[in-house]
Amino acid sequence: MNWRRFLQRSRADAELVEEIDLHMAEEMDENVARGMPPDEARRCAYVKFGNTQQVRERLWQQNTLALIDNSWRGVKYGLRTLARSPGFTMVAVLVMALGIGANVALFTVVRSVLLNPLPYHQPDRLVSLYEHENAERNSSPYLPVAGGSFAEWQRSAQGVAQMAQVSPWQQYNVSAEGGKLPEKIDAAWCSWNFFSTLGVAAARGRTFTADDDRAGADATVVLSASFWRRRYSSDPEIVGKKIWLDATPYTVIGVMPASFVYSSSFGGSTVQAWTAVNHEAPAWMMHTFQDHEFLVIARLLPGTSLAGLVSRLATVQKKASADHAAPGVHDSVTGRSMLDDMVEGYKTSLYALLAATGCVLLIACLNVASLLVARTAARNKEMAIRTALGGGRLRLLCERLTESLLLSVAGGALGLLLACGALTWLVRMRHDMNRVEAIHFDGVVAICTVAAVLLCALFSGLISATTTGGSEILVSLQESSRASSAGRARAGLRRLLLVLEVSLTVVLLVGAGLLLKSYQKLRNTDLGVPVDNVLTMHFSLPAIRYKEPVQQVAFFERLLQRVRSLPGTEAAGLVSTAPGQGWGGDNMVSVVEHTPPPKGQEPDLMFRGADPGYFRAIQIPVLRGRTFRAVERLERAHVAMISQSAAQLLFPGEDPIGRHVKNSSLGEVYEIVGLVGDTRWSIAQPVFPTLYRPLYGNNYSAATIVVRSRRNVDTLALPVQKLIGEMDPDLPVSNVMTLRETIGKSTVDAQFDSVLVLAFAVIALVLAAAGLYGVLAYLVTQRSREIGIRIALGAQRRQMLRVMLLDGIRPALLGLVLGLGASAAAVRQIRSMLYETQPLDPVVYVAVSATLLLVAACACLLPAWRASRLDPMQALRTE
Amino acid sequence: MVYSYSHRSSIGAASLSRSNPSNAEMLKGTLDMMVLRTLVTGDAHGHTIAKVIERTSEEVLEVEQGSLYPALHRLEDRGWLSSYWGISENNRKARFYRLTAAGKRQLVHQTSRWRQMARAIALVMGEETPSAKGNK
Repeated sequence: MNWRRFLQRSRADAELVEEIDLHMAEEMDENVARGMPPDEARRCAYVKFGNTQQVRERLWQQNTLALIDNSWRGVKYGLRTLARSPGFTMVAVLVMALGIGANVALFTVVRSVLLNPLPYHQPDRLVSLYEHENAERNSSPYLPVAGGSFAEWQRSAQGVAQMAQVSPWQQYNVSAEGGKLPEKIDAAWCSWNFFSTLGVAAARGRTFTADDDRAGADATVVLSASFWRRRYSSDPEIVGKKIWLDATPYTVIGVMPASFVYSSSFGGSTVQAWTAVNHEAPAWMMHTFQDHEFLVIARLLPGTSLAGLVSRLATVQKKASADHAAPGVHDSVTGRSMLDDMVEGYKTSLYALLAATGCVLLIACLNVASLLVARTAARNKEMAIRTALGGGRLRLLCERLTESLLLSVAGGALGLLLACGALTWLVRMRHDMNRVEAIHFDGVVAICTVAAVLLCALFSGLISATTTGGSEILVSLQESSRASSAGRARAGLRRLLLVLEVSLTVVLLVGAGLLLKSYQKLRNTDLGVPVDNVLTMHFSLPAIRYKEPVQQVAFFERLLQRVRSLPGTEAAGLVSTAPGQGWGGDNMVSVVEHTPPPKGQEPDLMFRGADPGYFRAIQIPVLRGRTFRAVERLERAHVAMISQSAAQLLFPGEDPIGRHVKNSSLGEVYEIVGLVGDTRWSIAQPVFPTLYRPLYGNNYSAATIVVRSRRNVDTLALPVQKLIGEMDPDLPVSNVMTLRETIGKSTVDAQFDSVLVLAFAVIALVLAAAGLYGVLAYLVTQRSREIGIRIALGAQRRQMLRVMLLDGIRPALLGLVLGLGASAAAVRQIRSMLYETQPLDPVVYVAVSATLLLVAACACLLPAWRASRLDPMQALRTE
Repeated sequence: MVYSYSHRSSIGAASLSRSNPSNAEMLKGTLDMMVLRTLVTGDAHGHTIAKVIERTSEEVLEVEQGSLYPALHRLEDRGWLSSYWGISENNRKARFYRLTAAGKRQLVHQTSRWRQMARAIALVMGEETPSAKGNK
């Protein structure tokens, strides 16, 4: 009711005017009828009615909500004052927008990725379970689970938890059909109750039943929504149709909803199809305790806790490891909530980024506060006069707060736009991140944005408002006639703000410096081979069509021959997994000539298959002995080459050539024929001892082809793919990339973090420099009279320059010292994000100090120089 | 008494509000009441309402016209009156006010309160009660 009146008061006023006009007319008519002359009639009517303006005003007031009207007036006044200094307004709004935008964006990410519950039924009861090796302190506490262990666990957890296993690192070749290209997809084997444990149902058709999950069952597959949409153009009849995976027909029984995602710390978010594990995996894999192929998820039934379940399973696992003692059998169990499992890897870096944006926001607030303080100082006399004329302090305070609120709101609005842009960019850049698809604005984010805006307004408004004291009216009024030190006291507050600002900037700079250095180290890490102009692509031969090892080897050899004859190819080779492209499998080994080590303590070697030409193609140096011979294939493939670190591990101080190494899990013995240089399996991980076996034989059905060219190796990607297509039109290739791209891909995390923090640090540095400049420039104008007198009395200009410069740099120095101390404490938190870089890296700290001082000196130089150039006559005359 | 019985006295909020707010409240109330009462006989515009009050009080009460219009708007806001634009008897566009059902209830309520009050004051002043006067 009130609101309607309030909003329609102009209309009410217009109507009232009409009513009054009528009233007057009627009154005049009456007066005329009584016999008055028209002029007199008119006069009498007006006299009788009284002041029409007053009546209108009364109605207007009656229709007005006082509070709103007052605040609206305040806003209008604020807008006018801000519009009068557009430069200041623009800078302040931009600064706020940067601070608020960065925070909103990061907070949205943190909330969506780290804090929001998973999109499953009762997600807080879902946990991920892992095996764990008590004896090995250095190994990760979260190791995948062996099929045998899972079977034992599931048996013992009956009535306590519902347990499912999944192997999300499987792949299938999808055959070319209906004019579509063949392709290789990421897939997962899962136990039939995987989906029901998560509490999700298929969008079409059904998920697996226990009957599908048997070795002898019909082959069935559940598709992801995106795969169904992309490859089968959302075919509504897909359920019941057959598709060809690895040259075998599978019946599609269901399609998952588009909202369904599964990811773990071991990946899984790229899975496009799900098959039943007991149908897919060989029987031995389901019973072994040595081969760790599965991830385990469990839904805790009411009354069970994670700790309870883990301790129960630990007992089972301990017994199993004793019963089946063998290398690679783990003796313990660990677990964590599924949410933690998915996002653990991003926690530190996201929180570090959030802290960085928090610093930026704080700096932005400090800067705006400092700008407002400067304005207050400039408007000091106006304030003093208003106070003297009876302007209430509250009124003046409100005005100040309104002003800063206007700035923050404008900044917040602009910041939201920035945040939207930043999020779109982030989702595009980091689609490798788990749960990145869950990022969205929601109510809590909106509330936080509003809270941030209000806090900024309050913070910057109050700081500036507290600097005007009513008691100083007289002083302020007098200040005009005499340069006094009241202005300097106010500058003191700004100096304090500056010290804070500079120290926060230093923390950001140090963080950025460390991350950058770590990223640089990572980029420069030697993979062990020259990375330029090397192309890799992966393919795997389906077992159905290439049943016999002979067929596989024949394909490998034929392919290599044809690739080598391609124009532009300098060398080509085949390897099971190229350097920098992942773990690729490992085995426990023992040296036949040595006394066998105690059980479970055999050395672990990474296993690779390679063709004889691989080492020359990728340029791994052969240090001793020779590479494989062409005849060492198929059943004669029991020879091996080991890397330098493997030689040091197995044969310290001995010549490894001619010795024999035994594969503990397969029992095969290889004669060592050569010694080669080390390579890294992942750019961020230390070198791991490696053993190479001939790829021709040893049951390798998948391979990565490595092509080296003199220049522009990219141009070879298509011809090689075409070649493979000619040889087998159903065979898809995957991971077509150069070695350099491989490195880029594995350093994207580090690059992302370091670039973002650096950006924040640069923003902070610019803001701090602007703040320094502002304070000193203000001081110089305040003290121009004093400086004038000094110069007039014979002070050297150089001396003045030094005095002013020192005046400006002092807060920067203080801030630097504080900031360095704070960084030393803060960087401990990001230790896990650093690669081969110490948190207290002296180079970074020195560089940051130098940069900061240089920037501070530059910011102070101009005002200081201006002070020293002051014309004393003019300075004295201006006041 | 509330009104000064000089030749013509004015009723309205503005004239007395400064000195005694409670009076003002009461006066406002009486003006409202009289406006409502006037409209019982039929719809009317502001000028008519003022005239009717003056005439029926035998020219004793003079409506301060400045308070009349804000009062009319206020009554309309409270839902006791509704208004519409029509043509006055002198062929002018005029805003007519009409008593609503709520307004009628309010009038009954206010009238009874007024009677009580007037009687009480009269008793204190040792005068004849208005009701007795009315019966004469």
